[in-house]
Amino acid sequence: METFTYYPGCTLRTKAKDLDKYARSSAAALGICLEEPDEWQCCGGAYTTAANEPATKLSAVRTLNAAKKLGRPLITVCSACHNVIKQTNYDISRNEAMQTKVKNYLGLEEAYTGETTIYHYLEMLRDVVGFDKLAEKVVNPFNGKKIAAYYGCLLLRPSKAMAMDDPENPTIMEDFIRAVGGTPVIWQQRNECCGGYITMEDKAQAAKRSNIVMKNAEDIGAEMVITACPLCLYNLKKNSDSNLPVHYFTEILAEALGVKEDSGNE
Amino acid sequence: MNNSLKDWVDITSGVNVRKCMRCGKCSAACPSYDEMEYHPHQFVYMVEKGDIEPLMASESLYRCLTCFACVERCPRNVEPAKVVEAVRLAAVRKQGNNHLIPDQIPAMLDDDMPQQAIVTAFRKYTK
Repeated sequence: METFTYYPGCTLRTKAKDLDKYARSSAAALGICLEEPDEWQCCGGAYTTAANEPATKLSAVRTLNAAKKLGRPLITVCSACHNVIKQTNYDISRNEAMQTKVKNYLGLEEAYTGETTIYHYLEMLRDVVGFDKLAEKVVNPFNGKKIAAYYGCLLLRPSKAMAMDDPENPTIMEDFIRAVGGTPVIWQQRNECCGGYITMEDKAQAAKRSNIVMKNAEDIGAEMVITACPLCLYNLKKNSDSNLPVHYFTEILAEALGVKEDSGNE
Repeated sequence: MNNSLKDWVDITSGVNVRKCMRCGKCSAACPSYDEMEYHPHQFVYMVEKGDIEPLMASESLYRCLTCFACVERCPRNVEPAKVVEAVRLAAVRKQGNNHLIPDQIPAMLDDDMPQQAIVTAFRKYTK
């Protein structure tokens, strides 16, 4: 059984327990062991791009450095955590002054210079397990159900740091849908923003964005939308008028693998 | 023109605003375009001119969703979102200038609101 270091992040412990629970049960079914580091913190939610500001990068570096010490790749699930951790890793590996400042802030014996390999869970499925091998383990295939993959912004951009897939014509989630027996639909809004955190102070703008996304998914004939992001799920369900079901990708993975139990989420 | 402010914004963003060729693709790609007084291409242009105070006083700072569409789609790799971020930081890092304070949060929540939304908004809007 292959072991990876696993970073759930704050929301997977609270409002997005399903995203976490099904990630863990599916990994076990695929022969992968996910181990949390002893200590981790919230990633910060959004990456602060400021080139001269170490403070906002520290929490992500703590996780990256913990993974470095454990000597195994780091697996993320939440799109936001993945974006923050991956951008931090990309920028710090290219900024020696930042490495020194962060080393001094955190009191590290050795500077963190970007050594940790980071996989989003979807990348783990693609690059470690293999979608062909995943397909062989599916016991409840989706029988051609039309599923719309919603990437949103955080998984793909900025592509030079994220390096997951083609930022304008991605295939990783569509290939995942095929592996679990569904039929992916290709739609314009799949990599446009849901409104994100603007829902905190302006419901109207969040509703506008989420309705554009969901209307597009409906028009293309999707029977379900899948996402890796708790905030996308919230916006698309709560701030749109659509009744189209929205699920975490880990939930349909667990269902396909026959390891889905009753939901623990409210 | 406020040279020290312009220098700070340039260093913080890490962006060379003079690379912009004014194609407007950043604003065309922006999901918040309709809600903005100043659009992404104007942030780039006005920072180049050193005309930064109007940007710092504008609600547009808090309309950017940090979706990086402008960064991805810029043919000149200008990275407008980093310019918006630097101007926003110049504004909210000033004493007493937080856009979001903790006392406002409870009224914004509902039972499903993910923690991710709260921490992200804090990071964006607050010193």
